[in-house]
Amino acid sequence: MLKVTETEQVEFPAAMISEFETIVQRYPEGKQKSALLPLLHLVQAEYGWLSTASMDRVAGYLDIHPIEVYEVASFYTMFFLKPQGKFVLEVCRTGPCCLVGAEKIMKHIEVTLGVKEGEVSEDGMFSWRGVECLAACGMAPVLQIGPDYTFYENLTEESVNQLIKDLKNKI
Amino acid sequence: MARKLLLEHINVPGIHTFDVYRQKGGYRSVEKALKTMSTDDVVEEVKKSGLRGRGGAGFPTGMKWSFLAKPEGKARYLVCNADESEPGTFKDRHLMTYLPHLLIEGMIVSSYALGAATSFIYVRGEMMPQIRILEKAIAEAKNAGFLGKNILGSGYDLELHVQPGGGAYICGEETALIESLEGKRGNPRIKPPFPAISGLYGCPTVVNNVESIAAVVPIINDGGDEYAKIGIGRSTGTKLISASGNLNKPGIYEIDLGLPVEEFIYSDEYCGGIANGKRLKAVVAGGSSVPILPANLILKTLTGESRLMSYESLAEGGFQSGSMMGSGGFIAFDEDQCIVRNTWNFSRFYHHESCGQCSPCREGTGWMEKVLHRLEYGHGKMSDLDLLVDVSKKIEGNTICPLGDAAAWPVASAIRHFRDEFEWHVTNPSDALNRNYGIANYADPLPKLEEIS
Ligand SMILES: Cc1cc2nc3c(=O)[nH]c(=O)nc-3n(C[C@H](O)[C@H](O)[C@H](O)COP(=O)(O)O)c2cc1C
Ligand code: SF4
Ligand code: FES
Repeated sequence: MLKVTETEQVEFPAAMISEFETIVQRYPEGKQKSALLPLLHLVQAEYGWLSTASMDRVAGYLDIHPIEVYEVASFYTMFFLKPQGKFVLEVCRTGPCCLVGAEKIMKHIEVTLGVKEGEVSEDGMFSWRGVECLAACGMAPVLQIGPDYTFYENLTEESVNQLIKDLKNKI
Repeated sequence: MARKLLLEHINVPGIHTFDVYRQKGGYRSVEKALKTMSTDDVVEEVKKSGLRGRGGAGFPTGMKWSFLAKPEGKARYLVCNADESEPGTFKDRHLMTYLPHLLIEGMIVSSYALGAATSFIYVRGEMMPQIRILEKAIAEAKNAGFLGKNILGSGYDLELHVQPGGGAYICGEETALIESLEGKRGNPRIKPPFPAISGLYGCPTVVNNVESIAAVVPIINDGGDEYAKIGIGRSTGTKLISASGNLNKPGIYEIDLGLPVEEFIYSDEYCGGIANGKRLKAVVAGGSSVPILPANLILKTLTGESRLMSYESLAEGGFQSGSMMGSGGFIAFDEDQCIVRNTWNFSRFYHHESCGQCSPCREGTGWMEKVLHRLEYGHGKMSDLDLLVDVSKKIEGNTICPLGDAAAWPVASAIRHFRDEFEWHVTNPSDALNRNYGIANYADPLPKLEEIS
């Protein structure tokens, strides 16, 4: 994985730029700003978060002001403005999930990983946070893991243990 | 068994692929519409069907379409709202996962009716797997000549694109969605102008929910009159209900509108009753934004009639004793659930999701969250209850978009119907931290199963 720091000039991989090109073509002439969210998703999938340098690069590509990118990236909860763990466990914390034990699951994750919500584990592997309704309330409790947003439903403490074990083995 | 218009083939292996979907009669409505109907004919059928928007507001779809401005030389857009973020609602994800071609078929027919040459499906960003599924299905449909230039030789051209959101409930509001699709923050626009006059890129635009668009397929296949025969009164057709909470069988159900709520909760064909042999305490019938009702009022109206799953029946009694159909997110609470905690949870949600443009919503939702938090955690005062009602009234109707109302209603209704439980939190703070108030006098009027047998 490429490391991006604030001071660095980012060069996006050629494959990513060619994906950018396909996306921008969806919109009418002059409306290329519409591509901003799809592009930010691609950048985050590549680097794990959005550094200022990478946002500036997106602004340059779309020919818009950097502030137009920052204000969008900071508005939407899916975009990370600081580095995260390699795996970010996002657990739904909204009402319907809480009716069937989401709060217990979050506590369990906190204890098992030994990481507070929003922080990164020492080995850099894990972070977790509560997020709002993931539109899977009938399969509650649920969590998702980016960047492909795989879903884990009907969570129990056992299934969470297994999941964490599997993720550790993936490394 | 109720007829299934949308989910009929959902269990057919491979139905997510073009070939299997086509074998099962898929894309017939495109052939019928493009080859035998004018655009006005299609709008007329949808009007006749009585279909009401399935995204939450329940506005008649055909009427909405007929408001679309058609100025010369300007593009028109259809945008499908697949932002699905209303707590309790998960039907659109289900449709897109298992029946992507149904949505695409509906998009083609609807875009044709509206004269759109480019249409978008705006999917909430967390649904990346569904975005991939849709993109693949769109490529298949295009390959088969159902999208792109000169569809089926009719001379009609359509490009269909999938756009990801970024994780913001407010982008489900149609003007916020349009802003987001333009690459901006999801701040709702001040209306008028309405999207039908000036929407995406300043062009006339229709925004419709996934389920509304999908329903256009059976409406065109069977005719609007046939569709209107299903249901009751002005609640025509079938509706997908997302059932969650303490139910034996939570999940997605396609019901004929007009089904009794009691049958929906207790019959084995649907939710199979309350989980773990518990009793029903309360229901939020249409997604987190609609008023919560205690068990007795969700099963029967104040006049003693059976409550039905229809727009009118769920709203019967107005805000005093009724609720709303909303998006069909049916959340059931058993006797162990704490109404104060859930109300706090919902108000935190709305505070978190407020875009912050209007002060009543930005400040009011935060204030309600704070007060509810202290009530739940044993620091509340009796005067907090009136304070909450007062704040909720000051938000309601005083904001740019309906998120303000959506935040106010759950709080106001919880206090209206469960005031004693809130008071108990104030008078017994330590008890309230350790146990729940229970079912008190909202008891589910039906006996427990073991009491019958
Ligand atoms: C805060 C807020 C959130 C909304 N979220 C959604 C949503 O996730 N999906 C949806 O279809 N409609 C949502 N709506 C309703 C839309 O604004 C709009 O009415 C709907 O997409 C119109 O489609 P329909 O007529 O087919 O129902 C929301 C409205 C508000 C005020
Ligand atoms: S009501 Fe709330 S969400 Fe809607 S525009 Fe105002 S501040 Fe934003
Ligand atoms: S409340 Fe958790 S997925 Fe909806």
